Amino acid sequence: MANKREVPQPNTSSTADIAFLLLIFFLVTTSMAGDKGLSTRLPPPVDSDVEQKVEERNTLVVLVSQENKIMCQKREIELWELRDIAKEFIENPYNDIHLPKKVPVTIDFFGQVEITKPHVISLQNDRSTKYSKYIEVQNELIAAYNELRNELSLRTFGKPFAELDEDRQKAVAEYYPQKISEAEPKEYK
Amino acid sequence: MAKFKKSSKGGSQEINASSMSDVIFMLLFFFMTVTTMKEVEYKVQFQLPEATELTKLEKKSLVTYIYIGPPTISNRARMGSESRIQLNDKYAEVSDIQDYIAQEKGNMREEDQPYMTVSLKIDKDTNMGIVNDVKQALRKAYALKISYAATGKEGKQIEH
Repeated sequence: MANKREVPQPNTSSTADIAFLLLIFFLVTTSMAGDKGLSTRLPPPVDSDVEQKVEERNTLVVLVSQENKIMCQKREIELWELRDIAKEFIENPYNDIHLPKKVPVTIDFFGQVEITKPHVISLQNDRSTKYSKYIEVQNELIAAYNELRNELSLRTFGKPFAELDEDRQKAVAEYYPQKISEAEPKEYK
Repeated sequence: MAKFKKSSKGGSQEINASSMSDVIFMLLFFFMTVTTMKEVEYKVQFQLPEATELTKLEKKSLVTYIYIGPPTISNRARMGSESRIQLNDKYAEVSDIQDYIAQEKGNMREEDQPYMTVSLKIDKDTNMGIVNDVKQALRKAYALKISYAATGKEGKQIEH
C-alpha cells in the first residue's frame, strides 16, 4: 500500500508567470535592427613626407567645400550628377585618354580583361564641411560602384550582385575595385 | 468535502495549461538570443545622416563605437554645445582615441583583431574638422575598417 502513494508534484503554475515576466523584459529591451552604415577602409598611416604620385588622368578629385558645394575636377556640380560622372570615370567605357588608364588583368570567371585598376577617387573636404553633406557624397560614390558591379553581374551571370555566391562576388568586386581615398585634410587658404 | 467532489464532477472541463510555460519559454529564448542591449549611456546627442548604400555590421563583438555630437542637455552647462567625442561612457579628446582602440583591441581574441570595425556614430550637423581628426587618429591606431553609421532612406534613387 505504501509504495502506491503518489509523490507530491511541485506546483508549476507560476513558471508561466515567471517566464512571462522575463519575456516582457526582453521584449522591451530588444532592438532588432542591427547597426548599419557606410563601410570604408582607411589607408594605413604613411610618413607625411612620402608623396604618393598618381597620374592626373587616374584621379578624380571630389571636393566638398566649406559652403557644402561639390567641386568635381575644379568644376561645381550638383549631387545628382556625381553618380554618373563617377561611373564613367571608373569604367572608362570608350578608352578616353583623359579617363583612367586601362590595364590588363586576369580575374576568375572573366579571364583576361582590361580594367581601370590604377584609378583613385580622391574625396576631399574642408574642416567646416557638414558631415551630412560628406556622407551624401560618399553615398553617391559607393552607389556608383554598386551600380557598376550590379550591371556587370547581371550581364555575365544574369543575377544581381547580392545573389551571387562568394567567389563570384569577389571576382566582380575585383573587376571594379572600390578605391575611394579619403585624403588627409589639406589646408585651403 | 463532498462539496468539492461535486464541483469537479459537474463543472466545465479545465484546460491543461502545463504546456503554456514551454511555449512562453521558447519565445523567451528567442528574444534572449536576438536581444542586443544598448551599448552605453549616451552623453552626446546625435541624429544619424541618411544614406542608401548601407552595409550591415555582422558581428557585434568586432564592433567598437565612437560617438560624436553636441553634449546632451543635462551636460550642456558643463561641456558647452560644441560637438564632443564620447568613448565608452565618458567624454574624451582626440588624443584618447589611440589608447581606447588599443585597449579595445586587447579585449578581442587575437584572430578577430584584423576584423575589428569602428562604427562612427556622428551627428549629421557636425563639422568635418573633428571627424578628420578622429579619422587620422584611427589610422595611426591601425583601426582601418570603419563604418559611418547611417539610417536608411526611402527610395533608392535620387530624383533626376
